[in-house]
Amino acid sequence: MFDVQKIRRDFPILSTLVHGKPLVYADNAASTQKPQQVIDAISDLYTTSYSNIHRGVHFLSQKSTTMYEGARATVQNFINAEKVEEIVFVRGATEGVNLVAYSFLEPILNSGDEILISEMEHHSNIIPWQILAQRKGASLKIIPLLDNGDLDLSKLPDLLNERVKLLAVTHMSNSLGTINDVSAIIEQAHSQHIPVLLDGAQSIAHIPIDVQALDCDFFVFSGHKIYGPTGIGALYAKEKHLLAMDPYQGGGDMILSVSFEKTDYNDIPYKFEAGTPNISGAIGLGAALDYVSALGISAIDNYERDLLDYATTALSKIEGLRLIGTAEDKGSIVSFVLDGVHPHDVGTILDMEGIAVRTGHHCTQPVMECYNIPATTRISLTFYNTKSEIDVIVAAVKKVKELMG
Amino acid sequence: MSELRELYQEVILDHNKNPRNFKKLEVHSHHANGHNPLCGDKLELFLDVTDGVINDIAFVGSGCAISTSSASLMTQFLKGKTVADTRHYFENFHDLVTGKELDEEQMLNLGKLAVFAGVQEFPARVKCASLSWHTLMNALDSSATVAETE
Repeated sequence: MFDVQKIRRDFPILSTLVHGKPLVYADNAASTQKPQQVIDAISDLYTTSYSNIHRGVHFLSQKSTTMYEGARATVQNFINAEKVEEIVFVRGATEGVNLVAYSFLEPILNSGDEILISEMEHHSNIIPWQILAQRKGASLKIIPLLDNGDLDLSKLPDLLNERVKLLAVTHMSNSLGTINDVSAIIEQAHSQHIPVLLDGAQSIAHIPIDVQALDCDFFVFSGHKIYGPTGIGALYAKEKHLLAMDPYQGGGDMILSVSFEKTDYNDIPYKFEAGTPNISGAIGLGAALDYVSALGISAIDNYERDLLDYATTALSKIEGLRLIGTAEDKGSIVSFVLDGVHPHDVGTILDMEGIAVRTGHHCTQPVMECYNIPATTRISLTFYNTKSEIDVIVAAVKKVKELMG
Repeated sequence: MSELRELYQEVILDHNKNPRNFKKLEVHSHHANGHNPLCGDKLELFLDVTDGVINDIAFVGSGCAISTSSASLMTQFLKGKTVADTRHYFENFHDLVTGKELDEEQMLNLGKLAVFAGVQEFPARVKCASLSWHTLMNALDSSATVAETE
């Protein structure tokens, strides 16, 4: 049994009042709130165990190193990577994409080559490739969107050819909620020997991830979207790729020996972690993943699908409200537009009711263009949201209509 | 709810639904685009200025209620005013929406624009209210760049 009231007590911020109303936090696709367990893990580190890692022989350095590397193993287990060396700590999904762009793709990308992405990508999975393509004379090709928010995978076979050097696609859309059939995409790409990067920024917190079963070459996610701190995330890459890749940044900790003539790089994954890393962030992320694992990602998935159904049904009944993104397989995101009312006005009015939602283009301007709208209001739900909160949101949307006439 | 009523006053809702001077000016002396990349608000402003006087002013575009009504009321307000005075009005308007003290005479000078006083309670919306004014300044400076408020 999923005891949501008990879970809510783990998140201190959820008892906040906003403009005198109980907070309804429905902006989880932008960032999630943190359970006490994560806050305590970071606080305990600094209170009892903190030092720099991987160098000192002293007690605290060893303790911090053990905790940091323990967090890496937690990430490995959470996404079922085969080896712990396949997990590189990064600042977030964005840095993970950039790392793959510069260390993996740049050396093998030539003029006339193609990078394949989709129309529903977040800007972070567009721009790094665009910059690289422009520099190398390569081009960006796009898997188009269908009206319901699914990718038009019938176009995929034609887009996959020998010029494509990488396919980068989101596992779950941040603006539409669509969960892509990535297994099918990966299988098709691999049949043509094209490596695949999955942007897991949204999927990581909502659906079980098994990188071995998916057989993706790269998987990136951010800690702050899965109840962990900001400034930390992970890149998973198959060992064979990491071994072949050049370092991303130079600095301390990524080397074995240095002279002014020559540097021998450290083993993977340390080769990709120059400088003192985000130690407390990694340990906080480990605590967040432990928290999610204790609840069970499948149980979370079931609970959230029920919430999504409830929200979709209730919102659909509001006259003049149009849902943007109605794919069959969706994560708990409901984007909508309201006749005659700009999302920015919706956002302000909902805020006065204590409701936090995101309004805007959600860093997916091509998606907005596809639907010919400037912006949407996005409700993104997670396991600490409740049906009664959805009732509050629905009542507030009705109030918007009343107020804006 | 009262702060919301203060923000979304009848005048503002009316100008949002039926924006005045909402058209392109075929004949114009000044022109600029305004864009708020964060919320996607876009507007295009046209002015017909002769001998330092704004004979005609109009806009087209799309945006939230605050930005649309602000552009609409601004065009009504500025018609017939001198270019020389616009910077002064801009400063007064900016002070109004950001919650700075205005004296009685300044308030009086702003006329109908005083309805935007409610914006000061909503700092995230200041950029919506001021987009048309920033665009105006760009048009009058004949700057080729797009005005942006963030």
